[in-house]
Amino acid sequence: MITIIITLIGSLLFALVAPVIGCLLAGIDRIISARMQGRVGPPLLQPYYDVRKLFGKENVSVNSVEHGYVVCAFIFACVAGGIFFTGGNLLFVIFVITLSSLFFIMAAYSTRSPYAEVGAARETVQVMSYEPMIILMAIGFFMAAGSFDTKAVFALDTPVISTIWLIFLGLLFVLTIKLRKSPFDLSMSHHAHQEIVRGMTTEMSGPTLGLVEIMHWCETVLFLGWVGLFFVWGQWFSVVIAIVVVLAVYFLEIWIDNNFARVKWQFMFKSAWAVALLAGGVNIAVLAFL
Amino acid sequence: MGYASRSPWVIHYDGSSCNGCDIEVLATLCPGFDGERFGVVNTGNPKHADIFLVTGSVNEQNIDVVRQIYDQMVEPKVVVACGICACSGGVFHDCYNVIGGVDQAIPVDVYAPGCAVRPETLIDAIVAGVKVLDEKEAALKEQKRAAKKER
Ligand code: SF4
Repeated sequence: MITIIITLIGSLLFALVAPVIGCLLAGIDRIISARMQGRVGPPLLQPYYDVRKLFGKENVSVNSVEHGYVVCAFIFACVAGGIFFTGGNLLFVIFVITLSSLFFIMAAYSTRSPYAEVGAARETVQVMSYEPMIILMAIGFFMAAGSFDTKAVFALDTPVISTIWLIFLGLLFVLTIKLRKSPFDLSMSHHAHQEIVRGMTTEMSGPTLGLVEIMHWCETVLFLGWVGLFFVWGQWFSVVIAIVVVLAVYFLEIWIDNNFARVKWQFMFKSAWAVALLAGGVNIAVLAFL
Repeated sequence: MGYASRSPWVIHYDGSSCNGCDIEVLATLCPGFDGERFGVVNTGNPKHADIFLVTGSVNEQNIDVVRQIYDQMVEPKVVVACGICACSGGVFHDCYNVIGGVDQAIPVDVYAPGCAVRPETLIDAIVAGVKVLDEKEAALKEQKRAAKKER
């Protein structure tokens, strides 16, 4: 009972705080991307302006369920964040965030637009690509920390990165897929590309699209939280180290985003599974037999 | 200043332009002029766009396309006619199949003349369009409020 209440409060707090952090991260992302391309770039709060504008637009949903699916996706993303940051079960976090992705895919399919359907099919492939590595991450975390609960890291003498660094590299690889950054931005892209119009969000407009943006901010914060989890142990200053690492990883993602052209889904699928097998499999085998 | 004016997402459609204006439209978004400083993002999706940039004149073939893109855009929305062809038909005005400027098909808010239209003119046109966008956003809000009161 007490866990449920903590999780609920955590989810609510996450729903309030994560969009703010995610929005700032998105703004930094756009400025850094612009600088990498030799441009000045938009103001830091540009993502916020975008979303405010979207909420001011007329509501023209193509059907009555699309918005509902997106709301569900958003709620589950917040619940996943709530569980994670209140020290809950990592495996559970992974399942809930996958449920959120599934709702988003359903939202895209429900519009019946051919472009959105192509986007949704590609998103499904993306989920299939990153999921093995994410599951192996949870198993590796269990073997390293002795528990699936994320709060277990605060009782450790050394951060889990010292034993499962190979899994960390694997996570870095699939993080690009999860954040939908180039070269793995198959289902939808944040840049001015116009391939398959706009992928999954083709038929979403106004407030629905605004909510999708907010959901992405929350997701970004959660995924970066996973990265930080590897660097936290029983010392208070480890949290600072984790934040520094997270920022460095985010910068790396932006750099990758700006320097690599999009790949085909076959390559994404095969490489992600190969990485999961190598990084995850080898690391877990070593932990199991040593 | 409303939020609509801070993030004008544009969609670009090439009516029957000679491509001169299209290159300038894209140049506006490139590093030299960097339209993103003002929040301008080029989308390929009419449902996401706030500003419709049309280059070239309207003819029998594309008038339906122009109308459809306009109809798919979500209010508040603004149309900018880019280049003299889009404003009035330009050098092509008396061709047998040319109907005329974009205003023959859809309501145009800002005219950006030039052959080809310069990126500076385009940025000015977008900034002018953004003001119209704000007015329309305010009007839409007013409308919503009135509708709520009636209920
Ligand atoms: S205005 Fe000039 S450059 Fe632009 S489309 Fe017409 S002829 Fe071409």
